Amino acid sequence: MTFFLKIFSFVGLGLTLVPSFLVFQGFIEPGLSKTLMLVGTIIWFATAPQWLNKFQEEPKDE
Amino acid sequence: MQKKQGLKDRLDAINEYEQEPIPQSKLKSWKSFVGTYAGEHTAGTEFVLGPLFVAHGASAMSLVTGLLVGNILAVLSWAFFTGKISVKTRLTLYHQIKKIAGSKFTLVYNLVNAGLFCFLAGAMIAVSATAVGLPFNMEMPTLTDVFPNSIGWVATVFVVGTITTIVAMFGFTQVSKFANVAAPWMIMIFIAAAVGVLPRLGINSISDFWPVAETTIWTGEPLIGQSKFTFWHVMFFAWFCNMAMHIGMADMSLLRYAKKWQYGFSSASGVFLGHYIAWIASGILYSLFLLESDNSLVFAPGPIAYEAAGIAGAICVVIAGWTTANPTLYRAGLAIQSINPKWKTWKVTLFVGLFTTIAACFPALVMRLLEFVALYGLILMPVGAIIFVDIYVLPRIGLRSNYAELKNISFNPAVAWTWFITLAVCLLLNLFIGIEIFFLGLPGWFIAVGGYIVCSRIFQKPTAHKMATPTPIPTTVNAN
Repeated sequence: MTFFLKIFSFVGLGLTLVPSFLVFQGFIEPGLSKTLMLVGTIIWFATAPQWLNKFQEEPKDE
Repeated sequence: MQKKQGLKDRLDAINEYEQEPIPQSKLKSWKSFVGTYAGEHTAGTEFVLGPLFVAHGASAMSLVTGLLVGNILAVLSWAFFTGKISVKTRLTLYHQIKKIAGSKFTLVYNLVNAGLFCFLAGAMIAVSATAVGLPFNMEMPTLTDVFPNSIGWVATVFVVGTITTIVAMFGFTQVSKFANVAAPWMIMIFIAAAVGVLPRLGINSISDFWPVAETTIWTGEPLIGQSKFTFWHVMFFAWFCNMAMHIGMADMSLLRYAKKWQYGFSSASGVFLGHYIAWIASGILYSLFLLESDNSLVFAPGPIAYEAAGIAGAICVVIAGWTTANPTLYRAGLAIQSINPKWKTWKVTLFVGLFTTIAACFPALVMRLLEFVALYGLILMPVGAIIFVDIYVLPRIGLRSNYAELKNISFNPAVAWTWFITLAVCLLLNLFIGIEIFFLGLPGWFIAVGGYIVCSRIFQKPTAHKMATPTPIPTTVNAN
C-alpha cells in the first residue's frame, strides 16, 4: 500500500514541476500548466502525509 | 466538556524537555533534521529576500557566487558551532544560558529573544496573508507602508495568525511533521514558478538565461532609494541571515535532538534549496513583476506567486509563511517559558501567538525584512559566542564554565558586560566607521569572544573550596 502511495506522491510532485518546463519549451500554455500544478499539489498533500512521517519515525534510520 | 478537558490534558502532557537534557530514546534521525531544515528555510522569507536582492541591485555574478560561498559558511557554522555544542549539552539555548549567566540575565535575554522571534514570525504571517487575501480582492501593502492599510488586511492576518498559533501549541513534533510533508513540494513550486515565467522575460533557451539574468533580472542597478549590494553584501547576508540560529546557538533547541553533531550539516538542505534556489527563483518572479507592472511599489508575494503559478503558487506562499512562523513561534514560546518553567508550553505559545499576530498587522515588518534579519542575528550572536567560549575556552585557561550555576548566582556580570560591550562597539563601528549592518557580525563575534574572556578574568572569583572537589556538571550529557 505504501509503495502505491509513494508512486502517487511522486506523480503529484512531477505534475507540480514538469508542466513549467513544458511551458518553457513552448509545448503547453501557462493556463494548463497552472491547472496541472494544482492537481499535483492536491495529489501530494493527499498522499504524502500517509507515508512520509511514518517513514521518518522508524528507528532504523542510521 | 469531556472533549474540552481531553484537549487540555493532551496539551499539558506535551513534554519538549525544555528544562532537562533530551533522553537518548527521544533523539531524532538525520532525516528529521533534513526535512525540518528544508521546510524552515524554504519558507516565506524567501519570497521577500530574493526580491530584495533584485531591489538592491545585486549583479547576476555577485548573486550566484556570493550565495554559494555564504551558504557554505552557514552550513559549516551550523555543524561546527551549533551541532557540536548541542550534542555536548543536550539543552535548550535558554537553559544553557541560565547555567552560564544566571536567571536574571536569562530573563532579560529571553524577553529580547522572544520579541525578535515574534517579529520574524509576524513577518511570515503577513507574507501568508498576502496570499490568503487574494480571493477577497484585499488591498495589498506597498514598499512604503508602515501601518495596516485596511480592515481586510487586519482580519486576514488574524485568521492566519490564529491557525499558526494553534498548530504551534501542539509542539515541535507537529511542526516537524508538517514541514517534512510541505518541504519537497514547496521547492518544486519555487522552481516551477520561475521556470514557467522565463519566456515572459525573453528566455526561450538555456543559452538565453545568463545574458537576460545580467541585463534584465539582476541588473546591478538598485531601485530608487535602495543601497547597492556587492558580492560581499550577498555573501555576508547568506552567511549571517541565520546567525541567531547557528553562531547565536538558537538552534540548540532543535539540534539537541540530534544523535551526532554531524547532523548540523543537514542544514545544507535548507540553505541550498531555500537560500539559493528559492532566492534565485523569487528574484526572477519579482523582476518579471517589476517589468510588467512598470516598477509598481506593491510588494506582496501572494499575487506575484499567483500570477506565476496559479492557485498552487498562492497556496505555496501561505504554507511557506506558515512553516517559518510555526517553529519561530515555538522558539519564542520556549524563550518565554524558561522565565517560569511552571508555565505550560501551550499557554505561553498562545500568548506569544497573539502578540505576534498583532505585530504582523504592520507591513513595515516585511518591507524592512533584510535589515531586520541582519539586526536580529547581530543582537543574539554575542550570547552564542559566550556559550562557545564558556564550553571550549574557559576550562583551558583556568576559568570556570557555567559560572552562575557554580556560584549559585542569578546574574553573571561577565556575560552582561560582554553582550553590552559587543553591541555598543558594533553600533560605534556602524555610526563612525560606516560598516553596514550586514558585515558587523564578523567583527562582533571576535569582540564577544575576547570580551567574555577578559570579563570572566575580571569577574570570576576564586572558588578554592569547590575546585578542590570537582564534581561533574549534573545537566551536561556527553552523547558521543
